[in-house]
Amino acid sequence: MAQPLSQPPRTTAPAAPVAWWRNPTVRGILAQLLVLGVVALIVAYLVDNTLTNLEERRIRTGFSFLEQEAGFAIGESVISFSPADSYARAFVVGLLNTLKVSLIGIVLATLLGVLIGIGRLSSNWLVAKLASTYVEITRNVPLLLQLFFWYAVITILLPSVRQALEPLPGFVLSKSGLQFPVLIYDPSQIPLLIILGLSLVAAVIYRRREKRIQLATGREPRLLLPILAIMLVPVTLAHLALGAPLEFDVPEFQRFNYRGGGSVTPEFLALLLGLSIYTAGFIAEIVRSGILGVPWGQTEASAALGFRRTLQLRLIILPQALRIIVPPTTSQYLNLTKNSSLAVAIGYPDLVSVANTSLNQTGQAIECIGIMMAIYLSISLLISFYMNWYNKRIALVER
Amino acid sequence: MASFVKNPTPPRSPPLASVGVLGWLRTNLFNGWWNSLLTVLFLALLAWVVPPMLDWLVFNAVFRADSSDECRAADGACWAFVEVKYRLILFGRYPFDEQWRPLVGMLALIAMALASCDRRNWNRRLLFIWAAGLSVFFILMGGGVFGLTSVRTSLWGGLPLTLMLAFIGIAAAFPISILLALGRRSNLPLIRALCVGYIELIRGVPLISLLFMASFMLPLFMPTGVSIDAVLRAQVAIIIFAAAYLAEVIRGGLQALPKGQYEAADALGLGYWKTQQLIILPQALKIAIPPIVNTFIGLFKDTSLVAIVSLTDLVLATRQALGDPEWRQFFIEAYMFIMFIYWIFCYFMSKYSQYLERVLSTTRRA
Repeated sequence: MAQPLSQPPRTTAPAAPVAWWRNPTVRGILAQLLVLGVVALIVAYLVDNTLTNLEERRIRTGFSFLEQEAGFAIGESVISFSPADSYARAFVVGLLNTLKVSLIGIVLATLLGVLIGIGRLSSNWLVAKLASTYVEITRNVPLLLQLFFWYAVITILLPSVRQALEPLPGFVLSKSGLQFPVLIYDPSQIPLLIILGLSLVAAVIYRRREKRIQLATGREPRLLLPILAIMLVPVTLAHLALGAPLEFDVPEFQRFNYRGGGSVTPEFLALLLGLSIYTAGFIAEIVRSGILGVPWGQTEASAALGFRRTLQLRLIILPQALRIIVPPTTSQYLNLTKNSSLAVAIGYPDLVSVANTSLNQTGQAIECIGIMMAIYLSISLLISFYMNWYNKRIALVER
Repeated sequence: MASFVKNPTPPRSPPLASVGVLGWLRTNLFNGWWNSLLTVLFLALLAWVVPPMLDWLVFNAVFRADSSDECRAADGACWAFVEVKYRLILFGRYPFDEQWRPLVGMLALIAMALASCDRRNWNRRLLFIWAAGLSVFFILMGGGVFGLTSVRTSLWGGLPLTLMLAFIGIAAAFPISILLALGRRSNLPLIRALCVGYIELIRGVPLISLLFMASFMLPLFMPTGVSIDAVLRAQVAIIIFAAAYLAEVIRGGLQALPKGQYEAADALGLGYWKTQQLIILPQALKIAIPPIVNTFIGLFKDTSLVAIVSLTDLVLATRQALGDPEWRQFFIEAYMFIMFIYWIFCYFMSKYSQYLERVLSTTRRA
């Protein structure tokens, strides 16, 4: 049936009134309120239970215990600590121990991991096979077991102090850890340090100037010898002129034990060894996949432009591989730091171990575990903020 | 076309030094002075390390001994330790006469895992396989039905406990992690904040702190008079931990999906949950499977931490076996034995994950 032409054409249907409970905004708010309510209820229930329990078991609450005398000794520490010091100081000692082993571990794991990652890509069959064997073994065995293993090897298999090994002159390795020479401090060394610092600044300025000249004229920068000269000559001259004593305190055997020099405990050594060896396996895989992740065309293009192999790697391949490598490596660094908490299993006094001891002594589980978790969380967030910043800096600038 | 050469000379064979064993050696071991140097160096290293190691591991080793004195007399490894203590290492303090139950239960779990590796089972059947595997395991371990004597969880131990913590951990964490991953990508700010907070909090702290929390704080959270079993407490900590890591893996899968998928689902008039259930999750989870397997490998290794809170898993059972003064000195053999067990599981799982990555990526490109 034809409609009469005179009738105006219908444009849109009059909007049907949408029921308010079908409005997506309203539903969103309702859903959030519901979830929030449920979470709040659960939290309230747990808090209520906890308060009742704490009261019943007569456990004190609050952080006042931090100022009390800790009453336990800590085997090794960066700052001085005695049982008469407070719990707060004990926590600081634990944190410093955690940071110490993590930082050294990160450096060692990176060096070892990069070497092994490149080794897996080597055209040398033997090297590639050995590197992949390393990766397959370290990655597939729990870290805790590796720690127990190294700790046992150090404390049981190594010779006693009397027959200690000396892998390098001055370095003493035995059941009771590693001892090594340290520089004896003397006030007259300060001018030398200042001169060294100034030389470093000069070297940086020189390098910038050479790079600028290279950009402007294309002249190859002369870097190695001049920089070596800038770094070494003034310091050597100053040393000869001032005659500041540069003596090492070398561990020496005296009746029962080695004395002098610096030392690390077997616990620290085992933890450092285990963490570095374990994490290096993961970093090796990241490095390998990062280098493989740069398209082959980049290598060919740089060869076509006439770059030498070393320059190809340094200027074309590695900068691009680094973009792939950095983010997962960051999370490996974080993992290493968190894994250092396994120290408690072999008796290295890290943060977890100190928190555990304090917990057993005071009974204030919530506070001790809370402090420990808060500290780890802050370390994690700090490292990831820094790495995000670094990552942004080296990220691809798209035009 | 006619040849202008009457008697074409046959092609000369390549120089001897570039084919066969010699050629292989030249291209793979001695191409250039640097590689030759490396090869010689590493061969020397191997020659120095391997023979004494083999002597210790195999040739001078004691495989059977009536007492540890025979081991002490020998120069090699004392595998007799494993022979004497393997029941304690593998099953912990589970009643000796009933140890066929953890054995069968463990095999059920392994069979369940193997069945889940088959891609034909990646559907609703997977749910039944896991339900069956886990119930067989719990009936056998716990007992109390079908005429099996009941065994307290505090006696569970060894490899079955390790496997249980890992499998239940991943299975229970899976649904939670899907919700967390969806929540993290939701545009409702409050829900997103809650999920981000949970994930970052758990990923920012070490597992051991969660285990401590579970063993010291969980009892305080419960109403007075309710006590939770130690194994369950550790299991809860592992689930909480695994959920955060799995959520990030699944979020990676979600992020890999093109926006068009969401738009197409909107165009079809599907609501949020229907979109997720029918369009998004099936694709996202498929992308996420290889990293999920990797997360599982990590979790399997991490279950060893329960030894620190005194659960008799494979690690602590081994340490208890080493507590016997007669055998105490053979710790290296003991650790090597369980390292080997962990290694087998992890190695084959990682090979499986690599295989999946290959297979799944080709089917996606096709």
